[in-house]
Amino acid sequence: MYELNSVVKSYKTKRGEVFAANGITLNIEAGQMISVQGPTGGGKSTLLQLLGALDKPSDGSITLEGVHLDRAKDAELAKIRAEKIGFVFQSFNLIPTLTALENVEMALVPLNVPAEERKTRAMQALDSVNLSDRADHLPSELSGGQQQRVAIARAIVKNPSVLLADEPTGNLDESTRDEIVDLLENLWKEKGITLILVTHDSQVAKRAKRHLTIKDGLVTEGKFLKD
Amino acid sequence: MFFTYLFRELSKRKKQTSLISIGLGLGIALVVLVSSVSSGIKTAQAQALSGLYGIGTDISITKTAAVGTGMQRFDVGAGAGTSGSTARTFSRSRLEMDHFSGTISKTELAAINKANGVKASVATLKLNSVTFSGTLPTFTMNSSSNSGAQGANQQPGQGTPPSGSTGGTSTSQTTKPTGGSDGAGGSSFNITSYTVEGVGTNSTKLGPLAAVKVTSGRLLTAADAGKDVALLDSNYATSKKLKVGSKITMASTSFTVVGIVKSTSTSATTPSNAYIPLSTAQSLSGNTGTYTNVYVSANSAANLDAVKKAIQKAAPKATVSTSADLASKVTGSISTAADLVNTMGSWLSLIVLLAAFGGAILFTTSGVNRRVREFGTLKAIGWRSRRVVSQVVGESLITGLIGGLLGIGLGLGGVWAVNTFAPSLSASISAATGFGSGRPPGGPGGPGGFGSQSSNSAMNIALHASVEPTIILAAIALAIVGGLLAGAFGGLRAAKLSPANALRSLE
Repeated sequence: MYELNSVVKSYKTKRGEVFAANGITLNIEAGQMISVQGPTGGGKSTLLQLLGALDKPSDGSITLEGVHLDRAKDAELAKIRAEKIGFVFQSFNLIPTLTALENVEMALVPLNVPAEERKTRAMQALDSVNLSDRADHLPSELSGGQQQRVAIARAIVKNPSVLLADEPTGNLDESTRDEIVDLLENLWKEKGITLILVTHDSQVAKRAKRHLTIKDGLVTEGKFLKD
Repeated sequence: MFFTYLFRELSKRKKQTSLISIGLGLGIALVVLVSSVSSGIKTAQAQALSGLYGIGTDISITKTAAVGTGMQRFDVGAGAGTSGSTARTFSRSRLEMDHFSGTISKTELAAINKANGVKASVATLKLNSVTFSGTLPTFTMNSSSNSGAQGANQQPGQGTPPSGSTGGTSTSQTTKPTGGSDGAGGSSFNITSYTVEGVGTNSTKLGPLAAVKVTSGRLLTAADAGKDVALLDSNYATSKKLKVGSKITMASTSFTVVGIVKSTSTSATTPSNAYIPLSTAQSLSGNTGTYTNVYVSANSAANLDAVKKAIQKAAPKATVSTSADLASKVTGSISTAADLVNTMGSWLSLIVLLAAFGGAILFTTSGVNRRVREFGTLKAIGWRSRRVVSQVVGESLITGLIGGLLGIGLGLGGVWAVNTFAPSLSASISAATGFGSGRPPGGPGGPGGFGSQSSNSAMNIALHASVEPTIILAAIALAIVGGLLAGAFGGLRAAKLSPANALRSLE
């Protein structure tokens, strides 16, 4: 699914150039559940942004299902994100003025799905995360766990190929954390999507079938880091 | 989803939406108010002018008299008047042109009518009916008889002996006159004057009678040509207690009043006190075939300057004034109000509007900055930049339209306040502008009767600020421009947001 070849991502700062990705070569097969751990500033978020077509590498190549993300124009990247990639963020990132249902619908807007079908699919997605009874609630009326479930529903409503979760349990308590990770794992199993979890939590990381560690912009396989 | 998201955002950000809308609303309200008041003042100016030279007149043509012309003199002959036991009374009246008016000939009128851009014209003869009357005492002369002298004929009223008496010697003495106006030999004189305009029957469509309505009797018709009939201005008729059927004397000729007319401009009198058939006026004043005023309507009001030039070429000695030239000569508080609105009012509106636009831009851009996470998320889930930008522009546009509606409402409220509480405006037009001397009705002959330099027509006109559809459309256009400007700046900021940077900035 993903092929990364000598991917470099650098940022210029006052103290000089920083390499968030320093020559990453990586293959990710379709349908895998992968956790990514690493110290703060090690490049976890950068890797996720590169995989999510949110950013382009400074050097090297990334392909997703054969499409070069490093060379695609912004409009094409937006299309890929709309169709193939689902995001779950640490801070949920729901639109505060829209209801749970409307937040899920927002993911279908770029696909020009008709209004009626959009509502139906959004309700189904909320149902799959056991939140259909809160469809007309605003995010401020939902708990942290419930908000994250809405965010997951938004991520999966378009039937993506990839689900990228950046610290999805970072702002949740322990019991809710397990609930969310269970949900993500079940979705992975049911839908056969590729699930990539960035987390600092080893308990979460161990749930994945493949584990990557990223440090100083370089990826290594297998070793779990202590929390 | 576009409108759902848009209206939810606007209602959530009530403070920002209100601030931007109120700012734009104030600017637009000021524009509506200033434009309406300016329009009202222009209407008042046109009313002031139409009261004097009628509606439909685009260009007014007159001529100035040559220097040294127009000397006025009344001769009272030795046997003139009516002698009574103690006094002799006399009265002389004539119709004469104003001291400083010149005449326009038939040839000149024909040339004017052929000038490029002239649609129609009406020519009139403006005159003054002046009456000089008085009472003189009885003069007596005592003469003593002389031998051999042939007595000279003595005439009553002659104070000195006739020259050329022949033969002998005779002595005569004058004694103090007796009788007279005060019974002790005193004299008294009276001068009355009122304005008269000789008009043709086409003067009701253009010129001095175009802005009048008949309150009693009728207008002059073609059948009245050469006859001794007259129309009277309503205010003048009231002051002189005249009505249809009354008789008035002009140039020792008795005229019958056949109609009373009132200016349709509520605060003005008609241009003259009386109107008589043009041919009668020309004949009685000794100005056959000449005119003092020509009123012209042009084919198009848009190129009056070109028509003015064409007329000046056709009649080089004439004074040609467009409605704009004449409007600038209207003085009084109406002129002050016009200056105030056109300069200070316009600048104030512009400054407030620019400040409102600036505020809208700042608030909108600041709002986008506060929504970096939101827009970054939308881009992350597949929203293209242009969709995000259109959301920002849409929100700004609706905010602008709310401001526009508020501005129109406030502006209309301001207009209502002006129309309810604003005082009347005074307007004064100098006769030196070439209208001829239009005097207030019922006044004495006054300074204008015998060769004064100018006289003024003064009137009070109620200011009525009018809101025209174009002003409302302009207000809506300004609201849209304000909204689009703010949206453009905010949208540009949103478009430049990189989803990665937007999300990174939150971690």
